This record gives sequence, C-alpha cells and structure tokens, in this order.
Amino acid sequence: MSGDELRGALSLVFIGAGMLFFLAGSVGVLRLPDLLSRLHALTKADNLGLGLVVLGLALQADDTFEVLRLLLVWLLVLFASSVACYLVAQSALRAHGDPAAATAGPEGSGEDARDGR
Amino acid sequence: MSLALLYGLAGIVLVAMGLYAALVARHVLRRLLGLNVLGAGVFMMLVALASRAVDSAGRPDPVPHAMVLTGIVVAVSATALALALLRRMHRHDGSAQLPEDRAP
Amino acid sequence: MAAEVHALDLVLVVLLVWLGWRALASADLFKAVVQFIVFGLLLSLAWVRLGAPDVALAEAAIGAGLAGALLLDTLARLGRDGAADETRPLGLTPARAGIALACLGLAGLLVASVLLLPESWRGLTGPALQQLGNSGVSNPVTATLLNYRGWDTLLEVGVLLLAVLGLWILDVEPPLPPPAPDPMLGLLLRILLPLAVVVAGYLLWVGAHAPGGAFQGAALLAAGGVLWHLARPLSLPATAPVRAAVVLGFAVFLGVGVAMAAFGGGFLSFPPAWAGALILLIETAAMLSIAVIMLGLFVGGRTGKAGE
Repeated sequence: MSGDELRGALSLVFIGAGMLFFLAGSVGVLRLPDLLSRLHALTKADNLGLGLVVLGLALQADDTFEVLRLLLVWLLVLFASSVACYLVAQSALRAHGDPAAATAGPEGSGEDARDGR
Repeated sequence: MSLALLYGLAGIVLVAMGLYAALVARHVLRRLLGLNVLGAGVFMMLVALASRAVDSAGRPDPVPHAMVLTGIVVAVSATALALALLRRMHRHDGSAQLPEDRAP
Repeated sequence: MAAEVHALDLVLVVLLVWLGWRALASADLFKAVVQFIVFGLLLSLAWVRLGAPDVALAEAAIGAGLAGALLLDTLARLGRDGAADETRPLGLTPARAGIALACLGLAGLLVASVLLLPESWRGLTGPALQQLGNSGVSNPVTATLLNYRGWDTLLEVGVLLLAVLGLWILDVEPPLPPPAPDPMLGLLLRILLPLAVVVAGYLLWVGAHAPGGAFQGAALLAAGGVLWHLARPLSLPATAPVRAAVVLGFAVFLGVGVAMAAFGGGFLSFPPAWAGALILLIETAAMLSIAVIMLGLFVGGRTGKAGE
C-alpha cells in the first residue's frame, strides 16, 4: 500500500475504534444499574473514544495547525466532561445522600446547567 | 431527493410540532420550548433553501444564513425575557400556567 | 458542502424530528429541556451539512448552550411544584383537534410551496458574492450581517438591549442558595476563562475571512461568565459601568451609521476603503456588549430580597 492509502486505512481503523468506545459508553448508560456507574462508564468511554477519533482525524489533517486544533478540542472536552461528570455526581449526592439510590431523575438543579461546550 | 428538500421537509415538520405545542401546552415553559422548536423549523427551511441557491463554486446564499443568525439571537433574547416573566408570575401567583389555562 | 443526501442526513433528520417531539411532549420538563439541548446540538450538525458553519457555531453556543442554561436555571427556580405538568401535555382532545388540524394544514401548504419552487433558483448568492471585494471582509455571512444588512444587525443588537432592560425592570428575585465553593469548578474556571477570552478574540478576528464573528465570540465570553456565576454568583446590577457596557455595542453601531450618513454615502453605507476597519470596530464593541447582555440575561437583573 502506498503511504497515503496506509494513512487513510489507519485513520479509518482509529475512527472505527473510537466509535466502538462511544457505543460501549452508550450501552453502559442504558444497562448499568445506578447513576455513578453510568457516569463512570460514559465519561471514560467517551473521552477515550474521542481521543481515538481525533487521532484518526489527525492522520487525515492537512497541516500541523489542524492537528494542534484537534488536540486542543480533545483536551478541552476531556477537561470539561470530567468536571461535568464530577458535578453531576456531586449534585446527585447532595440530592439523594446515598449514591446507590440516585437515578437519572429530575434534580432540576440550576447548578448543573452546562454551557454549550 | 436533494439535501435541501430533505431538510426543508424536516423543517416543516418541526414548524408544525412547535406551533401545536406553543398553542396547546398549558405549562408556559413548554410553550416556550414549542416556540423555540418552531423557530428551529423556520431556520431549517431558510438554510435549506439557501443551500439550493449555489453559485458556480458551490457557495450557498449568505443572506438567509445571516437572517438565521439574527433569528437565533433574537429567539434567545425573547426566551430569556419570557422566562423572567414566567418566574415572576410563578413567584406572585404560585402557578406556572397562564391564568386562562389554570384549573378553576 | 455536499449536495447529495447521505445516510448521515437521513439519520440526523429522523433524530431531529424525534428529539423535537420528545422535547415538546415529555411530561417531565427536566427531561424535555435536556432533550431540547441535545436537539440544539444536533441542529448544529444539520447546519454544517447544509453549508452554514457560521450558523452552526452560533446554534451550538447560543441556541443550545445559552438557551439550555436559561431553561435549566428557570426550572431550578420553579422548584418541584412549578416544574410539574400533566402526564400527556400535548394529548389530543376534541378541543385541541381544531388546532392540530390547522397545524397540519399549515404544514401541507408549506410542503406544497416547497415542492412548487422553481428548479433552479439563484437567490442573492450572485450579488452578495460579487460585492465581497467592496464589503471590507471576505466571509459572505459577515459581509451580509455587518455591511449589506447592517440595519438588521443594528436592530438585532437593539433587541438584545431591550431584552436585558425588560429583565431589569422586573422586580428582584431571591437568589438561589450559593453552592459550596468547589475546587474542581475553580480549576475549570482558571483554565477555561482565559482560554475563552482568547478564543473569543480569535473568533472575532477570524470572522472576517472564515466562519466566526462577533456573535459567536460574544456567546463564548458569556458562557465563561455563566461558568463563573455557577462557581461564584455574580451580580450585574444596573450600575453605570454595566449600563455603559450594555449600551456600548448599539451606540457604536448607531454612531458609525450616523457618521456615514454625515461623511460617507448614507446611513450605514461604508465606503469600500474603510469598510474593513469600520466593521472590525463595530464588531468589537458589539461583542463586548452582547457578552455582557447575554450574561446579564442569565444572571438576572437584580438580586436580593424579593420585593413587591
């Protein structure tokens, strides 16, 4: 295979793997019993999945700046989603006291308001 | 089916749903959601139509894009003010429904 | 921009319509609002598919982000009883059948009008793109917003101003209990806020020749402010500095327009040589103003003890 074809194929492999992780995270949300385990599965799987997707896209990028931008996107999402996960768990803890009893119910707390990141 | 037609039809469905909810819902917040969905449907129609009017280089018509951008900002401003009014009404009347919708 | 329907578009459209319906019909308003936020984010994808990246940026930041934050904040203030609604909020009753039929009729008329559109339709693409050289920028949407249709944008900034004034006229709201100072949120702020300022400035600058612009930058700044408010409550009372910030965008825009009427070719008509600089000036003032206004819309006008 030529260099370009190899890059393209590798890129597809990474993006596909990333999609698998996203799928795993979604399955986790649907199948896991309580809020904390769902948060844990979703956040970790989505962060890793996005990292793999970014890696795949970076292989198709035109120049270094695009790669750096993609990396910045991944780092920002990593940061924001981890903090959001922590905040949701904190809010559930405050609302229910017992994390195992927390379900994805209507807390309605304004403190969970996220911006569009 | 072209891209413009697909999204244009989707926009029409959103318009119908949003209008129905805005007129029929009893909770004011739900009415506001209906108005926003109605707005989204209109925007989708505008942008879909703009994507049909391409020049030789494939660039779409920028005027509907600008109108939709303006529309998004205005919709959020109106929603913010409406939400403030809702909060006031709830503080004073204890209900989140318009007086004519409340159970007698 | 692709002109052919991809499988992605079919899935996206189905998801959008389904999510739109769920956002309207979910009995639990919290779920409805969350579904609306996701709807907004998917809508940004639809804008990208339709070749409207500027609109996509604005939709994600303003339509999904800021509107979502406003809705959630109001839900929190309404409390459990205020957020309660009937089990089938949009259920079809005989009384509502007429409205449902009218909406369907409207939809039918719209479908007919869309299907009857002429095959080839140029729109305003030609003139808009031809005049780009004289407009001062090379992004057609920015040119339309700030030059060709500057009047509309001036009024749009006016609408934002009116919204925040309307908010300030309403009476005082009791503040939500402040959250315990959270180290994680503080860390998030320390990293994200400077970055938000830099990226907002970048969006403002790049809007002249690539997707971006003042509104998107303002939304980003406002989002940073909203995060700050969540960590440590801000208050934006109608003091002189805040009023000045809120009025600045409209004032500069109007001022430039009037100056053009006096010295240039007419109200808001920019001579090609100055257009770029004037647009940058207006956009900078507008971005600062709109950011403060959007933050003011979220924070609320006045805090303190509720009065009559």
